[in-house]
Amino acid sequence: MRKIILALVLVCVLAPMVSTAAADNVIKIGAVYPLTGATATTGADCRTGVELAVDIINGVYDLDLPFARTAGIPSLGGAKIEVVFGDTRGDPTQGMAETERIITEDKVVAVVGGYQSGVVKTASMAAERLKVPYVLSDATSPALTERGFEWFFRVIPHDGIQAKNALEMVKDIEAKEKVDIKRVAVLWENTEWGANVALEIRKWAKEYGFNIVADIPYTYRATDVTSEVLKLKAANPEVIIHAAYVSDAILFTQTMKALKVQPKIMIGMAGHLDPSYLETVGKDGEYFFVRAVYGLDMASRKPVVAKINEIYKKKYGRDMSPNAARSFTAPFVVADAINRAKSTNPDDIRKALLETDMPGSSLISPYDGVRFDPVTHDNVLGKSLYLQVQNGQFRVVWPFDLAAVPYVYPFPAWK
Amino acid sequence: MILQLATGGLLLGCIYGLVSMGLSLIYGVMGIVNFAHGAFVMLAMYASYWLSLFVGIDPVLGTPLVALLMFGFGIVVYRAIIGRVLRGPFLARLLVTFGLSIFFINMAQFLWSPDYRMVQKSISRGIIMLGPVFIELPKLVASIGSLIVAGLIYWFLRKTKTGLAIQAISIDRSAAALMGINLERLNAIAFGLGLACAGAAGALLASYYYIFPDVGTMFGLVALVAVALGGFGSTEGALIGAILIGIIETLGGFYVGPEYKYALIFLAYVLIVIARPKGLMGWGAD
Repeated sequence: MRKIILALVLVCVLAPMVSTAAADNVIKIGAVYPLTGATATTGADCRTGVELAVDIINGVYDLDLPFARTAGIPSLGGAKIEVVFGDTRGDPTQGMAETERIITEDKVVAVVGGYQSGVVKTASMAAERLKVPYVLSDATSPALTERGFEWFFRVIPHDGIQAKNALEMVKDIEAKEKVDIKRVAVLWENTEWGANVALEIRKWAKEYGFNIVADIPYTYRATDVTSEVLKLKAANPEVIIHAAYVSDAILFTQTMKALKVQPKIMIGMAGHLDPSYLETVGKDGEYFFVRAVYGLDMASRKPVVAKINEIYKKKYGRDMSPNAARSFTAPFVVADAINRAKSTNPDDIRKALLETDMPGSSLISPYDGVRFDPVTHDNVLGKSLYLQVQNGQFRVVWPFDLAAVPYVYPFPAWK
Repeated sequence: MILQLATGGLLLGCIYGLVSMGLSLIYGVMGIVNFAHGAFVMLAMYASYWLSLFVGIDPVLGTPLVALLMFGFGIVVYRAIIGRVLRGPFLARLLVTFGLSIFFINMAQFLWSPDYRMVQKSISRGIIMLGPVFIELPKLVASIGSLIVAGLIYWFLRKTKTGLAIQAISIDRSAAALMGINLERLNAIAFGLGLACAGAAGALLASYYYIFPDVGTMFGLVALVAVALGGFGSTEGALIGAILIGIIETLGGFYVGPEYKYALIFLAYVLIVIARPKGLMGWGAD
């Protein structure tokens, strides 16, 4: 009996050693997302983007994307990438703990993901402390790259640029429609991300001569938003800019309809892109403008977008959402750095990341490419789009030269 | 505007009240705080969603059915888990419902995905105007439902033999047992009734609110405060506490600032507990 137990113990101790030896040709990267909790649908959606990206890197696909036609990382003998997922539950404390766990226990050589800026803030602290590169392609608070972190890189344009774009779009519509729009309301969920969106909107509104007539923060887990919406209604805004996650986006849309809040332009972001948002609110989501870094319409200029969507649809049974497309980018940036570094040492990867120079053609986003600012590590080639929901589809409507269809103005009466 | 806010608060409070009354009933009889109450509301919302999707029963009309289902489910959960744990040590009694809550939420996520769902056809849709005040019909229906349930509980506790026995238990367990009251059976009934309230709340909520695995958490939390505010063990207290919370939430949210509305609720709770440790209408033994 004792011998059997001893043998079992030996197996338990030795097996992991053997498996790590055999798994030399696997490179582990970590991805943290809110896989449970109020933003779980978005987390699951982001996860599909990362999974598909890694699939394309590891497998052989006839696509015009880096690493598609080769299996694995070419410079490391076709080593495969394996993703270890961590669940942040949408909570900064949990996000940090999970990032630490996957770095120290699973020994990942780089981390991607996060989605919520408030969670990325703490998760990236863990990566910085443990000296592992963190490549972010899906959270946008400007404060994240203002901290002078050495191991933190961001591909997506931050809210400063996005806020500026939102008001530029309003200006463009104003000029085209020959109307005068002054009254802007900003509605924001009160964590890191929403607070920074509001900050940037206030700054750029002043710059472009808009008046902020309502400035309303709220808790994104709220069960009822009657008082917020009544406050909004009392201010009678012409433009509503709403920084929301998914459950609050649904709740506000329903409450605004019930209380007949009627602006001329309705602008959403993040939560409004979640597939379950439109599924839940249905026709009430029509004609919202939503800021994004991806739109299926882009296929007319980037054929690879349509091909990726085809593969995605086959695998997950629906069109690739802008959120999934955001998360899709980071694994490629990491793979590109590992390939050039010819190493899985985090420090070598970090050095390679600093020299990243990916062309726009290697991405499914509208960016001109990926190149990091040497100080902030923000992507200097980032760019964003505005989509409008028309007949249940997200159509690219701004910038006008990239528009697939004309926009609809003003926001029609609720039905 | 103030009328609109007060109405909104009142409606919200009635819905919170529906969740709270079941919680209060369970505490009063069994002396355990049901942390899984929010999760049970969530399960009832899913049940109601499927009844409307597959069987075509409107969530509002299906309320008694869902309440009945949840009553049965409550008895089963009590017999299988709660009843056994009640005989265990104090800590186990405290934590069992916590565990159940985590289990049910994760089970829902695993089995039914984290997607948001919504009952697309419901008889209570739209708005009615009462002078200058907008009233959302589904919330009004849910509030009326809540008051009906409150009335039923009131009647049950005061006019039926079982109800009187339940009251006797919440006043003094040992004395009640000595008088020949079957504690085990009544515990099960009280737990079932508590869940039936959660079921009614879930069904009425499902008529207008979105459904996802974590939906009950915030309702459960607010209900806990409402029960503490109203006095543990008093179902009327729970309803009044919940209405108070609804009004504080909307009025405070508007006049003080939406970011503080949950802080205000908890502040009110702290103040009331300092002034009246047993809550507004609490009378149970310590």
